[in-house]
Formats: sequence, C-alpha cells, structure tokens
Amino acid sequence: MDMKEIKKDFPILDQSIRGHRLVYLDSAATTQKPKIVIEAIQRYYETMNANIHRGVYHLSEISTLAYEETRKKVAAFLGAKDARSIVFTRNATEAINLVAQSWGGKHVGEGDEILLTEMEHHSNIVPWQLLAQKKGAILKYVSVQSNGTLDLNSIDSLISERTKIFAFTHVSNVLGTMNPVKALVEKAHERGVLVLVDGAQGAAHLPVDVSDLGCDFYAFSAHKMLGPTGVGGLYGKLDLLEEMPPMLGGGEMILEVHKEYSTWKSSPEKFEAGTPNIADVIAFSKAIDYLKKITMEVVHQHEKELTQYALARLMELEDFTLYGLKDAQHRAGVISFNYANIHPHDLGTLLDHQGIAIRTGHHCAQLLMRTLQVPATARVSFYIYNTKEDVDAFMLALIKAKEYFNRGTRSAR
Amino acid sequence: MALEALDDLYREVILDHFKNPRHHEPLTVHDVEEEGFNPLCGDQLFVQLKIEQGVIQDIASWGKGCSISQASASILTEILKGKKIEAVERDIQFFKDVMNRRSDLDQQDMGDLEALVGVRNFPVRIKCALLGWTTVEAALKQFKQVEGGRCKKIQS
Repeated sequence: MDMKEIKKDFPILDQSIRGHRLVYLDSAATTQKPKIVIEAIQRYYETMNANIHRGVYHLSEISTLAYEETRKKVAAFLGAKDARSIVFTRNATEAINLVAQSWGGKHVGEGDEILLTEMEHHSNIVPWQLLAQKKGAILKYVSVQSNGTLDLNSIDSLISERTKIFAFTHVSNVLGTMNPVKALVEKAHERGVLVLVDGAQGAAHLPVDVSDLGCDFYAFSAHKMLGPTGVGGLYGKLDLLEEMPPMLGGGEMILEVHKEYSTWKSSPEKFEAGTPNIADVIAFSKAIDYLKKITMEVVHQHEKELTQYALARLMELEDFTLYGLKDAQHRAGVISFNYANIHPHDLGTLLDHQGIAIRTGHHCAQLLMRTLQVPATARVSFYIYNTKEDVDAFMLALIKAKEYFNRGTRSAR
Repeated sequence: MALEALDDLYREVILDHFKNPRHHEPLTVHDVEEEGFNPLCGDQLFVQLKIEQGVIQDIASWGKGCSISQASASILTEILKGKKIEAVERDIQFFKDVMNRRSDLDQQDMGDLEALVGVRNFPVRIKCALLGWTTVEAALKQFKQVEGGRCKKIQS
C-alpha cells in the first residue's frame, strides 16, 4: 500500500496554516478523520436517522441494525468473542469510570488495594481515586524507570492479598512505551487480581486481541482511531459485565419499571441508558473498515518506521532531550522531548507558526512528569497519514525555532 | 508567513525578562507566599510579598514555565514594588482588562508591561501572561485573611 496516497483521504490535511502546509503531529490527542467517516455522519442524518431499539418502522430498523453491526465489528476488531461484551461509551475515560464505579463500587471495600502505574493518563488515575476515597481503599503505583519502562520486578511485591484490580495503560501517551500486557495479565491473574487495560493509545496503533491478552477490561476511544469524537467503548469479559450493576439509569436499559424498583437488561444495554451517540457510532464502523483495509500490522509498521526515522534525526540535534526508550523497536509512534531550553509551550507556538501542530504540556500525566522531573514536554505523535516529509518539515521547523528564540538583541520595537 | 509574525509575542523585552528575571531570589523575610499554577502547560510560579503599612516593600517571584509566564512575572515585580495594596489591586484589574480587551493601555503608563500587549493576539497564551498577576492577587487575598492583614513575618 502506498502510504503517501493515504493523506489524500483526509480532507483536513489538504490545507495551509499561516502560509505553511499543515503538518499534523498530534494524533495521540486525536486523529484526523478520513472522508468515508465524515460522509457516513452526513449520510446517517440524511437517510437513516431514527432512535434505535425503539421504533417498529423502517428507519429505526436500519439505524438499529447499523448501530449493532458496529458493535459486532468492534468486537471482531478487538478479538472479543461476543459482541455483547462491547459497551459503547463517550470515550475511554467514561469506560474506565464505568468499571471503577460499577465493578469497583461492588467489589472494592475498605482497605482493599488498587494497583496503578506512574505512567497513567489522568483518566486511569482519577476514577480510581474517586472510588478509593469513597470506599477507603488504597492506591498503589508501579514506578517508571529512567528508561521509560515500568519496574516490572516490583509488581509481585506490590500485589497483596487485598489487591482487587490492576489498571494500566497499553501504550504510554507520553513515552510511547508499549507495556507487556499479556505477561502483566498473567502475573495479576496468578494472584487473583483483575486487569483493566487503558487501550486509548493501544487499539488505535497496534493489533489487539483481547481474548489472547486475557485482560478483563479494555477501554478505547474512537476518536483516537480515525472515528468521530464522542464515541468510545469498553470491552469486558461477559461474566463480569453480567454481574455488574448499571452506572446510569434511564430509558432503554430497563426491563420493567415499578414505583419502587426496576429490573434491567443484560449487557451491553444495561450500560447504555438513554439515546446513545447513534450517528457517530455508525460512522465509527467506517473508521474500523478503513483500518482493517490497511491492517493494524501495517499501521504499526508505518509508525515504527517514522519513529525510527525521526529518532535518528532528532538524536543528532544539540540540546535535545528525549524521554523514554531510544530504540524505536520497543515504542509506539509517540516522541516526548525538550529542546534547546525552549519551554514546550513556546516551542509549540514557534512550530505552529510554521504549520506544525504538536502537543505541549503535561499530557494529562502529571505523575509521570514528576517522575521525569520536568514540568512539561513537547510531544509529536504519528499516524498512518504522516510521512517522512512531515518529519523533515518538523526537523527544519525545530532548527528555525531555536534560531528565532535565541536571536540576538535587536532594537526595541 | 514566517516566524517574524511572532515578533509581537516574543518582543525583546519579554525575552530579556525571561532570560534575566528580576527579583528572582526568595526574600529573607516575607509576609505572604503564594503558589500559582497553570494546568494547561504545567507552568508553576511562586510569589512572595513583604508588606508594611499597606505598601509592597519587597517582592519576589520565581518558578518554571514558558517565556510569557515567567517574563510577565518578572515585569510585574518591577511594576508593583513600592506600591500601595490598593494601587496594586487596581493594576491587577487593569492588566486583566487589557488582556481581555476591556481596556487600553493608553490610559496608563505601565512601562515594560506594554510589551505584553502583543500576547492578546495569541488567545491560548493569555493565561500564561496572567499567571503572575493572579498569583499576586491570591497572595493579597491570603494576606488580608490572616489576622485581618496583621501577618506575622516569616523567615525564608
């Protein structure tokens, strides 16, 4: 497949920003959308809009079908054996909150322990803090070593008889570190501990098979994998989902409503109260089609090549600090760095004025920033539509930014 | 458009204050200390004030952050030192108004602060420019709350 052709499928990339070709290097925050996804949203509203699971008329039938077909497609994409183990949410954050509130609310008690890691995104920290505060549970953290990987040897001693769940990210959104999910799941399961994987940066970039990984929960976001914003999901083992109480009550999740109590449906309807984001879920199926056509192996390989190329060039720069592994073999397409003593925020502005969009700041990972002992980093992240030319443009812009920022004193304006 | 378009943001005065921040050392004695934080970029700032008879006798600010946040904090130490609390509060409000385009600097001479006016054209950076000022604002609020303004001197 010619990866250069891919760019043409993304209308937003065909534009200039401040007179420069747009180079979008912030796909870890959100990815751009291919034309087929954008068109699917419009087509939905033009031809099939109706509330799902309710009407007996044609439009409701076809929209329900399309919505449920997406669920099947997501299940197959992630290697889940049963479509009922996929719950649609607003995003990965909501999926993690669902597990923390519903499963955690039922199974975590005073003095119980929840194991996290220092490299988590805030979305895999704060929901557990809320649970721990409510229940009097204890949070423990696997530390991050100076090379950007988890201290795997410490995990055995961090797990105790009170540990209920181990929640960790598949891929670090800051360091690009790919965690050994399968080995960690085995380690946890040996001790009777459940595992939630934050897959926001995983499912978008790597082949994922939740049945093979063996994790109990896997959270993902559609917008990080070419899909629309406002759609995410949770994979959960069916027996776990079945015994979990709903997080939200409302229409569509119930069987019978009485004055004092209600009964509810099984998974996934139990967790999808109210009218869901039908249009965007249906459009998400086109994003999966698109990724499947390329194959996740090729997606991963392409990002690896770009990362390798970028790292080799970046490491030649003076005053360049890389965070995380130097070897592109073991990291995803995310590079966090600091350069030339320019604060990331300034660097972001300096690059923006050359048409290059990068992320700057703490990346919703303040624990990790403290471990790295930096207030902030700059970050570039790649996806299938990025090319070596993008990396070249970024390199040139970095050098120009340094020249500009360190320019000699001119007469005051 | 080249990087020269940024000259309005990164004026010489700003880069000078960023690279050579004024009143940068913690005070030996201060009445109040406040920490400011900008969650967008992780900028962190400390402000110390020594206040006598309603006048900012001495001021210090230091921290970690982008050039705009750090330069703005440095500039404010030069502007606010020696002023009465009421005047400082007016300056803070005025600067906020300027940044939010509710006022114009023509009405008042604010020295080096004029260099920060260009930040208005970069909306995401306005918070950076305001950080020092809102931190001083919080410090004054704290000062007034503690013993009705009769704060004990704190040795750093």
